[in-house]
Amino acid sequence: MSTNTISKPVAKANPLYDWVDERLGVSEMMAFARHKTVPVHAQSFWYYWGGISLFLFLVQCFTGVLLLVYYRPGAEAYESVRQITFVMHFGWLIRSAHAWSANLMIFSVLVHMFSVYFMKAYRKPREFGWLSGMALLGIASVFGFSGYLLPMDELSYFATKVGLEIPSAIPWIGPAIATMLRGGPEVGEFTVQRFFALHVVVLPALFIPLLAFHLWLVQRHGNAAPPSIEALPASQRKSMPFFPNFIRKDLAMWLISLNVLALLASVFPWALGKQADSLVPAPAGIHPEWYFMSPFEMLKLLGNILPGEAGEIAGLLLFTLGIALWILIPFYDTAKESGQRARAAHYFGLLAVVLLLSTTVIGYWATR
Amino acid sequence: MPPEEESDLKTRRAFLAAAGAAGLLYTAALAYPIYRYLASPNEMAMNATAVTEVTLKDAQKLPAGSVLMFKFGTAPAMLIHHVDERWIALTAVCTHLGCTVQYEPQADRIHCACHGGVYNPYTGANVSGPPPKPLKTFKVAVNETGVEVSRA
Repeated sequence: MSTNTISKPVAKANPLYDWVDERLGVSEMMAFARHKTVPVHAQSFWYYWGGISLFLFLVQCFTGVLLLVYYRPGAEAYESVRQITFVMHFGWLIRSAHAWSANLMIFSVLVHMFSVYFMKAYRKPREFGWLSGMALLGIASVFGFSGYLLPMDELSYFATKVGLEIPSAIPWIGPAIATMLRGGPEVGEFTVQRFFALHVVVLPALFIPLLAFHLWLVQRHGNAAPPSIEALPASQRKSMPFFPNFIRKDLAMWLISLNVLALLASVFPWALGKQADSLVPAPAGIHPEWYFMSPFEMLKLLGNILPGEAGEIAGLLLFTLGIALWILIPFYDTAKESGQRARAAHYFGLLAVVLLLSTTVIGYWATR
Repeated sequence: MPPEEESDLKTRRAFLAAAGAAGLLYTAALAYPIYRYLASPNEMAMNATAVTEVTLKDAQKLPAGSVLMFKFGTAPAMLIHHVDERWIALTAVCTHLGCTVQYEPQADRIHCACHGGVYNPYTGANVSGPPPKPLKTFKVAVNETGVEVSRA
């Protein structure tokens, strides 16, 4: 690092800058940004995935508002999505971008999570970063689930019907929760209306402040380097300034993401199925979205071993336990040095990856 | 300035100009679909206003001294069957600030409740209040099956 970065106020005789600076403290922020650095090492590539996730979330907000201009929840839901897709100019593109970006966002969030896990970036002092990230992932999957129903076509109808079987498998209170979410005994216009309220008001109101907290923590603690890099003496660790070097690369990643999204959304436009009709049997080969495939397949496999209600409850318990262990990993794997616990956490992570990938593949294989 | 440095400056300038142009094109490629998407209803309305004639089925049965509100294209309009058997059709949009006006048979006037504008129910002329212009009238043809209203 250069030695001449001792910040002295930039002697700019600009009265407008001075006026704003005096009130907002721009110089302090600039000084902070100048001192912030990002570690450079073989795994630096993984640092971009949080930023990519953030960018895709912004795309979701933007395209979501555009869809909101014509979407009508309730009984007219399907008709309004049909109108967006086939009547409004480029409506198909906006909708396709929203759907593709949602999938890409879940994907990049998962990559981000696993890179944080394997770089052990959840260790002190970054526990809250890990916890808030897990909460954000949880809300993101509810975003995905609720948004999937909104077009009210065949696939969304059956996905919601099946998906709501999960809360209803909770002993005692499960059926009441499912009925509350459904807005009645059957998936219908009331379900769309309340999923809509969830999707565009409740979830953003939870997600955005939590995201702000998550980003503030990153600013506060900086990027974590993997333990092997942290073990090196300071003279051997490399870093680059956050501003403008890392930001520039971050923005380049955003541009690449936007291009990938534009390509996918326009070349593979998101389909709109037939209108949902409870009297029409489920179409052949119907399967959950890829990010829900693994838990569904695990439940199915468990159901083969332990049939009936016992299997359902055992599955839910096993899931809850696995997720709880995953969330609590910062409080188990705490040591700075690699030891028994660090290795156990590492293998637990590998087990999770292998389980997720293999059950996803099996799930797709089974629905072929 | 030495010649190499000058040519460096030139290629630098050319690069920046090309990058700027590419950026503009990129932004335009993003903005165009969004603009067209948001402008869709207006385009549809424009197609609808191209209407030159509206047939009001069974409107010939409208009793004398009463009014029928209808849409000419996308804009509100009114068909008045006067007590003296005259048929008059006018736009129903106040020329002042765009409120929908009302025919009042007892007072024999067209009144706008927003700011008290008054029009003549036969000619559409602005009689009193703030309206700056008269209401436009349409051609009316009454037959056994309905009333045909067309642009004058």
